[in-house]
Amino acid sequence: MTDHDEKRPHMPLGLALRGYTGVIQHLSTKDTGSALSDIELESRLIELGFVEGARVEVLHEGLVGRDPIAVRVDSITIAVRRREAMAIIVA
Amino acid sequence: MEAPLLHLALVGTPNSGKTSLFNALTGSRQKVANYPGVTVERKEGFFVTPLGRQVSVVDLPGTYSLRGRSPDEEITRDFVLGKASGEIVPDLVLCVADSTNLRLTIRLLLELKRTGRPMILVLNMFDIASRRGITVDVERLVKELGVPVVTSIAVRKGGTADLLALTDEISAKLAAEPQENSWRALSVSELRATQREADRIIADCVSLPARPDTWTARIDAVVLHPVGGLIVLALILFVMFQAVFAWAQPAMDLLKSGFDALGELVKATLPDGLLQSFLQDGVISGVGSVIVFLPQIILIFLFILLLEDFGYMARAAFLMDRIMGGAGLHGRAFIPLLSSFACAIPGIMATRVIDNKRDRLTTILIAPLMTCSARIPVYTLIISAFIPAKDVWGFINLQGLVMFGLYVTGIVSALAVSFVIKFFMIRDYAPAPFMLELPDYKLPRLKSIAIGIYTRAKMFLQRAGTTIFSMMVLIWFLASFPQPPAGSTEPAIDFSLAAIIGKALEPLLAPVGFNWQIAVALIPGMAAREVAVAALGTVYSIEGGKEAAEQIGQVLATKWSLATALSMLAWYIFAPQCASTLAVIRRETGSWGWMAVTFTYMLVLAYAASLVTYNVAVALGAG
Ligand SMILES: Nc1nc2c(ncn2[C@@H]2O[C@H](COP(=O)(O)OP(=O)(O)OP(=O)(O)O)[C@@H](O)[C@H]2O)c(=O)[nH]1
Ligand SMILES: [Mg+2]
Repeated sequence: MTDHDEKRPHMPLGLALRGYTGVIQHLSTKDTGSALSDIELESRLIELGFVEGARVEVLHEGLVGRDPIAVRVDSITIAVRRREAMAIIVA
Repeated sequence: MEAPLLHLALVGTPNSGKTSLFNALTGSRQKVANYPGVTVERKEGFFVTPLGRQVSVVDLPGTYSLRGRSPDEEITRDFVLGKASGEIVPDLVLCVADSTNLRLTIRLLLELKRTGRPMILVLNMFDIASRRGITVDVERLVKELGVPVVTSIAVRKGGTADLLALTDEISAKLAAEPQENSWRALSVSELRATQREADRIIADCVSLPARPDTWTARIDAVVLHPVGGLIVLALILFVMFQAVFAWAQPAMDLLKSGFDALGELVKATLPDGLLQSFLQDGVISGVGSVIVFLPQIILIFLFILLLEDFGYMARAAFLMDRIMGGAGLHGRAFIPLLSSFACAIPGIMATRVIDNKRDRLTTILIAPLMTCSARIPVYTLIISAFIPAKDVWGFINLQGLVMFGLYVTGIVSALAVSFVIKFFMIRDYAPAPFMLELPDYKLPRLKSIAIGIYTRAKMFLQRAGTTIFSMMVLIWFLASFPQPPAGSTEPAIDFSLAAIIGKALEPLLAPVGFNWQIAVALIPGMAAREVAVAALGTVYSIEGGKEAAEQIGQVLATKWSLATALSMLAWYIFAPQCASTLAVIRRETGSWGWMAVTFTYMLVLAYAASLVTYNVAVALGAG
């Protein structure tokens, strides 16, 4: 991890706007309000490649409430809702 | 002694090219498209290796893990683990990877290794990877993973030669003793550790130029634009439905005149009587009137196949997610619903990708409201007979516009029904998550489009030759017998069984403006929607007698009021006129109850919609 990353504030990916790029710091599935259980949500996010250290970029957002978002995770693009993306802490 | 049948299984993340590989190996024509979740069933095929080994290969739904979160993923899990009762465990698992995107597959492979099944890693789509400058150190990968690795290009001729050779090599030395299966669902920390391990291996063995597909990025900039994207989606749908109406016309006219000529020929060459009536009224006016719609059916399938192959479906799901969510629908419901424009049956099957039971059920219940291609003949027939073919605002065909309106009504009603279900039945509703991979765009492959169209056209014609034909024989018989007593002055058909049945039902349908001929057509129309067109063709043709060489559309224009025609259109938006759809709903929900619910609610809606349409139209002077 570079100094640059150290200095940036940690924030949930669910709050990131279009154009944001960052690196996943950790997953925190508590209190996201997702319909999935904490463990299930965390498993699914990992299965789609959202693990610590992966680079993410918010490529697109939807019309209603800027939701959902299309996120580039390393080499693939995944569409997720902001509610679930709140569990992904980036910097 | 001949070697026993070798059992292979194709496992891998969604959209990695498993079905393409299956088709390449076995020469099958299973559906391939560029979005995750195309395959939702298990399919077996056979081939012979270069060394002559007989092989059975099973194509499976794509999955990110063996946890089995949704019905389609359970199929894969159960097959790989040999859980399905009496199932043989695969001798060799082909783990199929999209070479441009190895992270998730390598993690899946590490998980699969725990099942103890012998495995090959197939680096598919190697053509795309090479083009992007991705290089893989295959030898090192073999060492790191401990499984044989082979590259493949499933969609190119000869692209699977290496895989075949390797299969021969490995099957010769497969251990007779199966290895221990130590698989169990991974905990979160194990998952994480596995993904880390996978990422480490990839960092060691694969060099990725930081060059994402620029075409995809450029197209998405427009197609996924918050406002522009929705406009593009609306335009695509609009052009699609306009085209179905406008572009198919010349080909349809050609078919129509062909059948007319055939009818004339029959009339001219055969003596009057039952045989002539059977061929002319039953076969040509009946079945022929359905076959005429083949060009429209082909067009709608062409559009949907192109969108699917290009990679647009997942984007449309992205754009529609919140809008559908407002109506209580799962984000993954969009693709099944869009497929239902072709036919509700594959649409209902495709709901297997939805993990949440209630969300899946809601989608199944509303899928038949999407305007399937079998409604096209009914809509077209009535629209051409009653709606003038003029242009509005200079460039939009009014008939096409009405068609578009019918599609929109179907969509809006589906959303409304879903909203009602959510509101009344599912109180503790929490929106299910929407997580979907957006694949890179791919140029639609001419061959797979051609195969798709060919299969659909064949199915349509087969149906015309079987279901529709047999229904027509029945209708013709009912409308011809018993024959009138000698010397009677009324039309012959008034004495027939069809008239008796139709007139018995007429009081029930009179409030919605249907006459007895429509009542007769609706009953066989239960078998398949298009049959109603054929049935009307036959009934009016027999009724009209020998002089009725006119087109069924022209006959309707003189026999029905505009109010009746509109009421019929309204009826067809909702009516559960398709036995196969109901059967699939029963199978997929595992319950007669839900089938009955679907049937009832659709029938009630149909009757109500027709009642309102008819009475409003009459009040406005269209009676
Ligand atoms: N260029 C290229 N395209 C491929 C190759 N293999 C598959 N495709 C394309 O990739 C897309 C996905 O292929 P499918 O065979 O449907 O993938 P699948 O793994 O069966 O997908 P699911 O059934 O959804 O899990 C299609 O558009 C194919 O045409 C390949 O080797 N090269
Ligand atoms: Mg498939």
